[in-house]
Amino acid sequence: MSGQAIDKGKGDERLLRESFLKRWLRRPELGAVGGAVLVWFFFAVVAGNRGFLSLRGAANYLEVASELGILAVAVALLMIGGEFDLSVGSMIGATGMIIAILSVHFGWNIWAAIVVSLFFALIVGAINGILVIRTKLPSFIITLGSLFVIRGATIGLTRLITGRTQVGGIKGAVGYDSASALFTSGIQIVDPASPRGLSADFPISIFWWLLIAAVATYVLLRTRPGNWIFGIGGDEDAARNVGVPVDRMKVILFMLTAAAAWLVATTQVLATGGADTLRGEQREFYAIIAVVIGGTLLTGGYGSAIGAVFGALIVGMVQQGIVFTGIDSDWFMVFLGAMLIVAVLVNNYIRKHAAEAK
Amino acid sequence: MTMNHHSNTPALEVREISKYFGSVIALSGVSMRLLPGEVMCLLGDNGAGKSTLIKTLSGVHKPDAGEYLVDGRPVSFDSPREALDHGIATVYQDLAMIPLMSVTRNFFLGSEPTVGRSIFKRFNVQRAREIVREELSKMGIDIRDPDQPVGTLSGGERQSVAIARAVYFGAKVLILDEPTSALGVKQAGVVLRYIAQARARGIAVIFITHNPHHAYPIGDKFTILKRGRTLGTFTKRELPREKMIHLMSGGDELERLEHELRGFHDQQADILADAIHEEEELY
Repeated sequence: MSGQAIDKGKGDERLLRESFLKRWLRRPELGAVGGAVLVWFFFAVVAGNRGFLSLRGAANYLEVASELGILAVAVALLMIGGEFDLSVGSMIGATGMIIAILSVHFGWNIWAAIVVSLFFALIVGAINGILVIRTKLPSFIITLGSLFVIRGATIGLTRLITGRTQVGGIKGAVGYDSASALFTSGIQIVDPASPRGLSADFPISIFWWLLIAAVATYVLLRTRPGNWIFGIGGDEDAARNVGVPVDRMKVILFMLTAAAAWLVATTQVLATGGADTLRGEQREFYAIIAVVIGGTLLTGGYGSAIGAVFGALIVGMVQQGIVFTGIDSDWFMVFLGAMLIVAVLVNNYIRKHAAEAK
Repeated sequence: MTMNHHSNTPALEVREISKYFGSVIALSGVSMRLLPGEVMCLLGDNGAGKSTLIKTLSGVHKPDAGEYLVDGRPVSFDSPREALDHGIATVYQDLAMIPLMSVTRNFFLGSEPTVGRSIFKRFNVQRAREIVREELSKMGIDIRDPDQPVGTLSGGERQSVAIARAVYFGAKVLILDEPTSALGVKQAGVVLRYIAQARARGIAVIFITHNPHHAYPIGDKFTILKRGRTLGTFTKRELPREKMIHLMSGGDELERLEHELRGFHDQQADILADAIHEEEELY
């Protein structure tokens, strides 16, 4: 470490000399921030003249990134705590359908439907957590099970109740306007790059995304539960031995990922005016990819919510950027998979060097 | 060296404790007592019951018979946390620290200092850093950066931070499970110096080691375990270095083996016996 070259007697002063670069290298999100810049430049060059650089282009990928990002930030906390949640995709389908059926089929006030849906998510999240703790099975297995149970039950019950697998007409539900204001409003900015004077629509989900990320970052870095999350993910037994309430924290983290899925579902249902039993499919993988690109260790104990924000931003930029380039969007998954592997290699490389520089 | 006792009440005492695992007698009628500011070395071969004894002391196991007293009062622990609340802190060789977390975060894990109230209550990171730096420097460890991951510390530093943590959080009895066994000479010296510091603060230390060169300089008392029983507790005066080394390295058995091998009148066996003898002398 650079500090050793400096006079030993100076005490704290050695810290000041430690370069900012060094401090940055130690942050988990460094790779993702660099990656986001690279991806942006790539599409700016390749698809800059086709609308990627326009305000509408930005609104476009930010919307995609925000929905994924809300999920990814919650999943990041859980993964830092050493667990997985594969059921978040199914949860999006289930909670969205609960809102739609209650408000459209049963004529409830949409606010009541939204609240019931949230309770459902929290309860299922708690069940996931309790099962993981009680059975001591890997959460990968438990939530892989709940992925299928939730999705299957959503399809089965929806067909039983409504006879279909899609429910529309939410825009006519009682209380839609006020709910829509909170979850789907946005800021419209007239895009100067648009020849017809079209406006770019930045949805409120971007705000929710950044707010949740800010709160999550604060919790992780500046509160006791944040320190516990790192400890639990780093070494569960060691954490338990020093009195960290490991079980309670895990249950809360599973409830948080379920609640994030609920927020995404609510936004989607209100924005599109309908729910589909298949909504949210594969979102669990996208969220994990965003989190891992963001520098969080698959094995837990290390990571950041800011990293998840940039991970989601990268995924969003690639998904929408490909559309702008004119390449068939079928190729998106190829990009995504390859990027995941490259990102993990880069993150490992950075972490190794940051940790071993002595 | 150990004259600064605050009282004559043992910080920790066990009387005739036994522990059975099914039909296996892991501990049988073990008694020992430890005054504040005393270092007791717990010696014994593998399988002698050392780890069962420290796990019983640290609240992992409950004794099946016998008495366990802390500060002269009988106790019964259901968990390591309870033992910790009574001031019995155990530092395990492997479980001590979480490598990916910073020194500060490790140090305060589970007992983070806070500022503010209710939802504004937050982890006082600044204060935590100051305490860590201060506590470590008090013990003669100069940490470059309390934010560096524990994984970047050397083995000796890591053990020392774990010990410093136990001391800071009010340990009265410190149980150290082979803290020096994986360390080189210099690093082991760091830890031994640290144990001396803890003793000077009036903390009672139980020090488990295989290495007589680590045990003898620091130990005030030596308790020797064999097959789940104590062969007794000796003060330094009662147990000269050579005798301790002999007891620790299973000297009787080695001598018997030497005789046995001599009996073969085989040149190879002689060479082997010499080698064993030499090894014994090395200690």
